Amino acid sequence: MTLRFTFDGRDYQGRNGDTLASALLRNGVHVVSSGIRTGRPRGILTAGVEEPNAIVQIEEPFPEPMLTATTVELFDGLVARGLRGQGRLADRPDPARYDAIHAHCDVLVVGAGPAGLAAAASAAATDARVILVDDQPQPGGSLLGAGELLDWVAETVAGLRAAPEVRVLTRTTAFGYYDDNHVIAVERRTQHLGAAAPAGAIRERIWRIRAKRVVLATGAHERSIAFADNDRPGVMLAGAARTYAVRYGVLPGRRAVVLTTNDSAYAAALDLHTAGVEIAAIADLRSSISASTSPDAAGSEWARRCTERGIEVLPGWAVSAVTGEHRVSAVALRALTDSSSTREIEADLLLVSGGWNPVGALFSQAGGRLTYDPALAAFRPDGGCRQAVSVAGALAGTYTTSGCLSAGVEAGGGAGLITLPVVEEPEAAPPIAVWTLPGAGADAFVDLQRDVSVADLDRATGTGMRSAEHVKRYTTAGTAHDQGKTAGTLTSGVVAELLGVEIGALGTTTFRPPYTPVSFAALAGRDRGMRFDPVRVTALHGRHVARGALFEDVGQWKRPWYYPLDGEDQHAAVLRECRAARENVAMMDASTLGKIDVRGADAGVFLDRLYTNMISTLKPGAIRYGVMCRPDGMVLDDGTVIRLAEDRFLVTTTTGNAALILDWMEEWLQTEWPSLRVRCTSVTEQWATVALVGPGSRDVLAGLAPALDVTRAGFPFMTWRDTTVAGLPARVCRISFSGELAYEINVSWWDAVTLWDELSARGVTPYGTETMHVLRAEKGYPIIGQDTDGTVTPHDLGLGWAVSKKKADFLGLRSFARTDNMRTDRKQLVGLLPVGGELLPEGSHLLDAPELPEPPIRALGHVTSSYHSAALGRTFALALIRNGRALHGQTLWATLDDRLVPVTVAGSVLYDPEGARRDG
Amino acid sequence: MMLIPCPWCGPRDESEFHYGGQAGVAYPADPGALSDEQWAHYLFFRDNPKGPFRERWSHSAGCRRWFTLTRDTVTNEVTA
Amino acid sequence: MAERSPLADVDLSDTGDRVTLAEVPFLTQLDVRTSPSSSFPEPGTFRTDELDGEATFIWLGPDEWLVVGPPGAQKRLTERLESGRLESVSDTSVVDVSAQRTTLELRGPGALELLALGCSLDLHPRVFGPGRCAQTTLAHTPVILLQRKHCVTTGEPVFWVLVRASFASHLASWLLDASGDLTAGH
Ligand SMILES: [Zn+2]
Repeated sequence: MTLRFTFDGRDYQGRNGDTLASALLRNGVHVVSSGIRTGRPRGILTAGVEEPNAIVQIEEPFPEPMLTATTVELFDGLVARGLRGQGRLADRPDPARYDAIHAHCDVLVVGAGPAGLAAAASAAATDARVILVDDQPQPGGSLLGAGELLDWVAETVAGLRAAPEVRVLTRTTAFGYYDDNHVIAVERRTQHLGAAAPAGAIRERIWRIRAKRVVLATGAHERSIAFADNDRPGVMLAGAARTYAVRYGVLPGRRAVVLTTNDSAYAAALDLHTAGVEIAAIADLRSSISASTSPDAAGSEWARRCTERGIEVLPGWAVSAVTGEHRVSAVALRALTDSSSTREIEADLLLVSGGWNPVGALFSQAGGRLTYDPALAAFRPDGGCRQAVSVAGALAGTYTTSGCLSAGVEAGGGAGLITLPVVEEPEAAPPIAVWTLPGAGADAFVDLQRDVSVADLDRATGTGMRSAEHVKRYTTAGTAHDQGKTAGTLTSGVVAELLGVEIGALGTTTFRPPYTPVSFAALAGRDRGMRFDPVRVTALHGRHVARGALFEDVGQWKRPWYYPLDGEDQHAAVLRECRAARENVAMMDASTLGKIDVRGADAGVFLDRLYTNMISTLKPGAIRYGVMCRPDGMVLDDGTVIRLAEDRFLVTTTTGNAALILDWMEEWLQTEWPSLRVRCTSVTEQWATVALVGPGSRDVLAGLAPALDVTRAGFPFMTWRDTTVAGLPARVCRISFSGELAYEINVSWWDAVTLWDELSARGVTPYGTETMHVLRAEKGYPIIGQDTDGTVTPHDLGLGWAVSKKKADFLGLRSFARTDNMRTDRKQLVGLLPVGGELLPEGSHLLDAPELPEPPIRALGHVTSSYHSAALGRTFALALIRNGRALHGQTLWATLDDRLVPVTVAGSVLYDPEGARRDG
Repeated sequence: MMLIPCPWCGPRDESEFHYGGQAGVAYPADPGALSDEQWAHYLFFRDNPKGPFRERWSHSAGCRRWFTLTRDTVTNEVTA
Repeated sequence: MAERSPLADVDLSDTGDRVTLAEVPFLTQLDVRTSPSSSFPEPGTFRTDELDGEATFIWLGPDEWLVVGPPGAQKRLTERLESGRLESVSDTSVVDVSAQRTTLELRGPGALELLALGCSLDLHPRVFGPGRCAQTTLAHTPVILLQRKHCVTTGEPVFWVLVRASFASHLASWLLDASGDLTAGH
């Protein structure tokens, strides 16, 4: 099937199974991008995820920046362009869906090449739960590029797919290896379909895989060698060219020169030759290679096979020059030991193999150690990992197919349970390590994506840098989005050479997740928009929505903020709601307050230790306001304590602290006071709570609760009654957070709507958190977490009256006597009255002068709460001010935009300081 | 994401737990008898070793039990 | 003056053909804190008890169980718990938490996958079979998860998810959204 696509504004056609890179090569496109610093034309170096050069921007069907042409699967309608450096994000929301899934297995195998497939099959044969992940569209790994054992691959994969406890994930990249064998992978589900992807389908899925055991079979990446003009389009890694020819049926050139340090390039040359590429010469940097065809002569079997095909093998030869800027046109070769022996060869392809780097990124992330193996001329896994992980195949330095297969079977744990195909392979000659060729300088690149050359590394070591990490940060080598897959080891090799040290002693830089770039959309998954964080609502939420409430987020809760009537802005709505509460009757949904049932013979003793107040003296039927501190004496939370019975209390917490306080109680009970007979149970959502507030509240309640004596004497302040309200079993508490006559009516969460509707039917005005804040601030009641910040004691808040002087100890007591807490200049909560009627921003700094002094400026404190007051007919604020109570009546200056405005320091109780309104 | 072995529920994701800091820092029997310096030691001073560390965890999203384990602060390996 | 369950207004039918979702509202739920006793289920398990043949005891912690029964049984079950089963009543609390959580029943061939989209626990039948329970998080929401049984006709697991009332609509919305993303096989 023909696939139409557009690259850099020109239309092309590719084939099913192409990557964008193979399709470009198919169409003779060799320049894909340009160097970020040098602007030099750049082509395609590799055939996979390690590509440093061929960076593209997808434009259609949806913009996506900085993908590698070697990993973009071609689809009909693809529009892309080459990138120099960074790309462009979409300017419209991504319509695709993304999600994440948890998975568990006995054995996770990463990589479906010969070792990984054998490992998965072997593990599956033991009845283990197996997950096999591979980043390619189909399993096979290096076998696909070599065209080997394809029948065995197909048969093995079919067997795995049919096994009930095996999951095969293709197009899935394991990109992070975290503690306790937690491997994170991203599955690309619909990208390859382009615009034909089903609407609403998950585009990418993050797999969070927890494995008992992990087998890494991540293979190896070929690396280049640093020589002048090694970045020219047409210079390609030998294995990549082989893959293009064998797997994609594309010839990356017509006439090639090969430069190698190892045997693998010979196999590539042979396959390319078979496919129709003329191999002009193989320059092998190993002088020891003998290509003798004499059956008795010692030598390299691979070299011999090439010679038999008429391919010239030049042992001990190197590349001395590359001609051609936009495409290689000729390659000059020179003998290493005899500089007068030279060749100038016309060629459009220079195939390079500088050796193979085991892909140790995940192993390293797992905590494993990579050490340099001179026999491999590469860093490979060398133990040192606490996790249950093993390595197999090329990652372990095994480069024969048969070796990979048997290592995989071993690693899978099913040795003896499966049969392997027999593979005949020539004996390998050892590779050598070559990092640079003579004359390598500013045009000899080690990191093609960052445009870092040998000259740049030379400059870094010249400044005195001696560690790979320092050189990396100074030159940026290895920091591009390919994370130096082709550049890392080469950089270390060149730096070691420059410093005259062993590469093994120098080491590599650290590998960190992600192994390949992962989109933020995939990582966010379903956790975006409304589902970014759970939204908690009360039983009355639907009623609030129906009344047109705007909502405020308090922790995870949605609380009604205010209920605007037609045409009202926030200011008008809040003033109206405040007036209703102060002058008539109003109600608020207070269900979000945390509620904890505390019971047991020692419940009173326990609460005495947690609260600064005395709780144990509270009588059943009564209520007390209480403050909790941490041992450091700072306020932790506040709320009411209701004594339900001798051995039973109901404690309320602030909305945001419900879980924290329950945990706090459990912590002290379990770890410090296990002998106390106390049990704590959350009942936050057992009860819905409606605060009924205002001078008219008594009449409304009396109408709904005929059995309840609502008189002042019959139902005094800070007591509670169990009764029936609106026909519902209810607990009514006479407490007030506004200074007005008020009740809190608690009913079952299931009954909340009935209660609310009954109150609404009586014309009670609903109010939200903003009005609640104004009402409480007018009375100087602090909000923990708004007027406090973890550095404020009860005394600082003016709550010294709530600190018992009779108890031998409670949490916080000892700290009140610490020198720092005895300072007279501690910040104290006071009221502020802006002289000019301004509404001060919360957070405004307070100064004792009308002009800003020279820095450093020592602020006296800051505004913690600030509102318009209907009752006071003006704006006001609460503030924490150094020694603030002593400043009563004085003028300070508050920052407001770019000016200072005068404010008068007042007491914190600005409304009804006598408390006359509390009893109606 | 570490796996933390809850003694009651078995290994669970780290995100189900709250960290409780160094283990074995008991609330003093008589805080009033301590000097400011001794009290400050209880409040603010904790070990910060490189290597094995006895520490407290609470399975807050599960059974809500507090327990103590030894974790290597370099490798995150839980050894006891 | 009808009682309203937390998901009374939520349409749970649009879950595709691989899972079904239903609220089981108004169950009696009692939080029992007491010293461990051999007559209570082991950690990580639950069982339906002979107590009236209607109460299910769910392990929540080493000294905490949730006793679940049919709607309206709060008084009866509390009395029976306090009188019969719990030996040391002074160290025991039975708290009515029936409205604290509602219950979602989840079943169908896609149920395991749906839960895996939001829960980090291994719910494979080899690990989390019938009779297993756990307190954990699902869709970042604290839940009590029960593998009730295998459906007698299909052999597929049936899960109960007990969720706090305030989180119920978030969780239901999450489950409805995710149920559209279930794959046909694995
Ligand atoms: Zn636990």
